Amino acid sequence: MSEDIIYSAIIDEHYEEPRNFGKIENPDENIMETNPTCGDTIAMYLKLGDGKIKDIKYVANGCLISVASASILSERVKGKDVDYVLNMNKKDILSYLGLELGPAREKCALLSYDALIKMLKNYKEENSGK
Amino acid sequence: MFDPEEIRSHFPIFKRFEKEGIIYLDNAATTQKPSEVIEAIVSYYENSNSNVHRGVYRIGEEATDLYNKSRENIASFIGGKPEGTIFVRNATEGLNLAASSLSRMIGKDGEIIVSRMEHHSNIVPWQIASQNTGIRLKMMESNVESNLKWEDVEKYLTDRTKIVSITHASNILGTINDLNEMGKNLHDRGIIFIVDAAQSVPHMPVNVSDLDCDLMAFSGHKMLGPSGIGVLYGKPELLEEMPPYMGGGEMIKEVFEDHFTPADIPEKFEAGTPNIEGAIGLSAAVDFLKKLGMENVRAHEKDLISYTLRREEELNIPALRSYGPRNPEIRGGIYTFNIKKDSKDGKPFGNEVHPHDISHMADRIEGVELRSGHHCAMPQTVSLGVYATARASYYIYNTREDVDHLFNAIEKIGRRMIR
Repeated sequence: MSEDIIYSAIIDEHYEEPRNFGKIENPDENIMETNPTCGDTIAMYLKLGDGKIKDIKYVANGCLISVASASILSERVKGKDVDYVLNMNKKDILSYLGLELGPAREKCALLSYDALIKMLKNYKEENSGK
Repeated sequence: MFDPEEIRSHFPIFKRFEKEGIIYLDNAATTQKPSEVIEAIVSYYENSNSNVHRGVYRIGEEATDLYNKSRENIASFIGGKPEGTIFVRNATEGLNLAASSLSRMIGKDGEIIVSRMEHHSNIVPWQIASQNTGIRLKMMESNVESNLKWEDVEKYLTDRTKIVSITHASNILGTINDLNEMGKNLHDRGIIFIVDAAQSVPHMPVNVSDLDCDLMAFSGHKMLGPSGIGVLYGKPELLEEMPPYMGGGEMIKEVFEDHFTPADIPEKFEAGTPNIEGAIGLSAAVDFLKKLGMENVRAHEKDLISYTLRREEELNIPALRSYGPRNPEIRGGIYTFNIKKDSKDGKPFGNEVHPHDISHMADRIEGVELRSGHHCAMPQTVSLGVYATARASYYIYNTREDVDHLFNAIEKIGRRMIR
């Protein structure tokens, strides 16, 4: 067993310096998600318009993987079309991390994704009549 | 002589990991199973499988006899009577049975007291009972460094208090509570005394008549037995008075169109075909533990936790924070900890290396299997000022070398995460 197979430099870097970290005042959507097995939490905020994610921020309290995956996700989706993001799947998200994860740790990695998708679905429903 | 290496040779799972090595330190969650237990279950299915209490044919009688003898064996292990030994799925189901039945018996004017160090299984069933019947639930404070004693409990009692339900040993701090005199003192006030023994029966001598408890719950899978079997022990006089929990076959004497009469105890509380192989497996586990001697099991774990606390002091790892009493006399083989980081302004993380990261890395770096999270004891975890912890918990097959590996892992994780 070696120490260097644990996680990766990219995960470390995003954990130490998470991108898009913080709050948005008067967001169009916001949510609080919790992973009940470990108590990891993420509060996520969106500014939306013209069918696009104009801004994304979050406050995450969790493990390396959940914080780093929120950071990586936020970089990937900022400025993108809502429909494009809704078409991304869990496999895509996990591949961005570049790690082989067991089912328990996948939940950590997908906490921010689950939060984002819930908000986008809610946004689509609210705006479907317009 | 108590020989963990010899004991390990009885566990097939350790043979599987002989080459790569495995240091299993999640025994408070569940223990590994010796071949004696596995073989007892296999032998039941290969030789005697049939339903119990009904068949008058050969294997029917044999299965019933094995099931009843298992009950007698487990009852005698805890110094109780067979008719007071109810088979349930686990301690959780035992406590749900107690909460459901007793809350209906006592009524909404009653009050039940639990402690803050309880597992969720001794909190949530009472919360549900409270919602259903209006019975009031109160939670006693508990100190992280010391154990609960009669004086701590006494000050919470009121004229309405009908039940006190507390854990014998904490699954997160390892605290062994002082239950001496508790039963007598509570009974003097007409209060029912319930013990969650999930973390004590597997690890130390426990005798229900010495404890003088009215009900006591424990799980088989935490003491070498299979999962899906546990015991709610009750004083027969109380069990006879308590209304049934689940309805169905086995638990009735007669059923009419509009009512039923319940069976005598213990069957009154065992609706449906029971977990027969579970009872037989747990009985084999009890035989294994009896051979070792529960005094010796406790002495071994006391040695391991004493060694752990001593090594912790000697190594003096600056980032390491552990929780629970420092006195091994009131501490079981449980070591719960966090690795602290220096708090940097504006950083997303809390002040600890996340326990999930600790347990993930401890496994990959050092082959040490730890538990991480709130350990189904959120009120206790929150009171420590953290949202999760990492936990090592010992059993009969663990050694001082395992403890050394644990500290190697902690040191390596500290170096890796704190820069």
